[in-house]
Amino acid sequence: MSAMEKIPAIDNGLLRFLTCGSVDDGKSTLIGRLLFDSKTILADTLHAIERTSKKRGMDAIDLSLLTDGLQAEREQGITIDVAYRYFTTGTRKYIIADAPGHEQYTRNMVTAASTADLAIILIDARKGVLTQTRRHSYLTHLVNIPHLVVAINKMDLVDYSQEAFDRIMADYLAFAAKLNIKDVHFIPMSALNGDMVVERGERLDWYQGPTLIDLLEAASTSHTDHQESFRFPVQYVCRPQDSANPELHDYRGFMGRVESGVVAIGDAVTVLPSGRETRVKDIQINSTSLTHAFAEQSITLLLDDEIDISRGDMIVRTGELPQFTKQINAMLCWLSESPLDPRRKYLIRHTTRDSKAMLAGIEFRMDINTMEHQAAEKLAMNDIAKVSFKLAQPIFADSYAENRGTGAFIVIDESSNNTVGAGMIL
Amino acid sequence: MTTLTKQTLSHLDWLESEAIHIMREVAGQCSNPVLLFSGGKDSICMLRIAEKAFRPGKFPFPLMHIDTGHNYKEVTDFRDKRAAELGERLIVRSVEDSMARGTVVLKTDDESRNKHQSVTLLEAIEEFSFDACIGGARRDEEKARAKERIFSFRDEFGQWDPKNQRPELWDLYNARSFKGENIRVFPISNWTEFDVWQYIERENLELPSIYFAHLRPIVRRQGGMLPVTEVTPARPGDTIEQVQVRFRTVGDITCTAPVESAADTIAKIIAETATTTITERGATRLDDQTSDASMEQRKKEGYF
Repeated sequence: MSAMEKIPAIDNGLLRFLTCGSVDDGKSTLIGRLLFDSKTILADTLHAIERTSKKRGMDAIDLSLLTDGLQAEREQGITIDVAYRYFTTGTRKYIIADAPGHEQYTRNMVTAASTADLAIILIDARKGVLTQTRRHSYLTHLVNIPHLVVAINKMDLVDYSQEAFDRIMADYLAFAAKLNIKDVHFIPMSALNGDMVVERGERLDWYQGPTLIDLLEAASTSHTDHQESFRFPVQYVCRPQDSANPELHDYRGFMGRVESGVVAIGDAVTVLPSGRETRVKDIQINSTSLTHAFAEQSITLLLDDEIDISRGDMIVRTGELPQFTKQINAMLCWLSESPLDPRRKYLIRHTTRDSKAMLAGIEFRMDINTMEHQAAEKLAMNDIAKVSFKLAQPIFADSYAENRGTGAFIVIDESSNNTVGAGMIL
Repeated sequence: MTTLTKQTLSHLDWLESEAIHIMREVAGQCSNPVLLFSGGKDSICMLRIAEKAFRPGKFPFPLMHIDTGHNYKEVTDFRDKRAAELGERLIVRSVEDSMARGTVVLKTDDESRNKHQSVTLLEAIEEFSFDACIGGARRDEEKARAKERIFSFRDEFGQWDPKNQRPELWDLYNARSFKGENIRVFPISNWTEFDVWQYIERENLELPSIYFAHLRPIVRRQGGMLPVTEVTPARPGDTIEQVQVRFRTVGDITCTAPVESAADTIAKIIAETATTTITERGATRLDDQTSDASMEQRKKEGYF
């Protein structure tokens, strides 16, 4: 690929994906390979890792060094936190969320998965489906990542054997069926040698499917393919009354990002919580009008009628109302070192709305190694549980399975202001 | 019910929309934010994003520049002009004022003032009681930044604790802080240098002239080029050359070096950026090369 070809002629959007696996599965090598083969790595960085590789007594450049981050990590040779990496193929931009495989894996993986539209699960071809594979698959399923790629890596160490590949694929499918995971692609791969990552290589002729990059280029950049209801949480209200321009004195713009669905000028909408109905008068970005707007667009809505609306309210299509509720059931992932205390009040942040909340009950804790349900009184860091909360203020919610934007919430501990939990409404 | 097929955004539209959303979250969640504007290309993009986020209203925050007193005049002039065009309030606080107060003490007169911006920034945060600072840093710039949150918490001393960051999920940002603490917000975290140049081209944004190829006196030291200025004069024995250069980043004169280039338009700069073999900071930021971890160290100490 010459550099001039890297300037995108056709913009095929932006795909966010997650890589799950530990260093032993070759995850860092895979990311290094993607960055290297897409020519994202520049000479000075390459020289730096060449020096480090030599210092550590290696012959070839260790591509996994490209994802080395913080000083403490370099000293200890481990990955502490989610890191974000970027590359472009010339037609599409990619954001990789690189989640560490070992310590605090649940917390980090859920964090990285929350913004991903595709997940790559790495399996060491010598080891096959492990407990860790099940854990990663469960978590990507929990966070509802629509596309799953299982990369059976280190094929070079099993002689590029199709048998080994087929056996692991069958094992995985048997387990995936139990979790109701659909849309899985399997790729045999050697990230070390670059086979089936960007180039096909010459040693996997029996595999006729797409390379990893082919799959990434073709994947939908939307986290769902079904039409969702229009949801517009109001972030900010623009009222430039004091402007020198008298035409703006009655201007009331409701600013926010379309969480889901589509809206067009003239559409009938309902404002929550008031329930007032009106129509969309205009849709603007920087005072330019659009005929319609769709999911992920940050816009300003102007309405036909003067209605009192503030941050935390939600504008939806009339006839497609979300639940309006003070009681939620959810899958909760606990993220904090201080355990969830059933006696304490927490703050729940859902869309642009906050509410005080109290735990109403823990139905079960999920053992993510065995997929068994266990009784639990408290939740510690990295625990995942089915819980219910009582809220002081109602929220406008959909189930997470139906709508990521209006089904997700975070839990904040007001004594520390820390984000301590992540929830998905059932 | 509309029957449109599912539409998705181009990569620049997606990045822009995300950045607008982040700025509006700051406006919605924080009581007294500020946007750091240096006149550099990233912060110029930030102003366009702020326009798209808040016009026809005024920005819900002032602009602020921490000036080392060693900035290129082309850039500070541009900074003042741009703020005036937008009709937004610009606060300038200077490292030289901190030096006069005695809160910044240089080891030597010619020591770079770049890292001392942290002190002046913290003083300004205290002076105005800012609870959030919006900045144009990007995760692709440097290893330490790749792990930083979009909403990054700083304690009373302005310190970043990379091992104890708040989890950041979905687009649910947590900007809560107690008095004296501070949130740094990076709306263009997910942009690369290339995205920035593409955005500048698409939005037709004006830039300070030193981003484009021009003749400049330089000396060569340790394989790099150093501009010859009043602040960084040639040393005895240096050979001064006139070279056609441009700047990829602009900052304190003592630590920002130009690259040789004939690119005098945005399109040519984009073509060069696509073919370059050196990272943005690798070639041009003398202060990041001290050690593998120097940016991380500075951030822990309160640097942006």
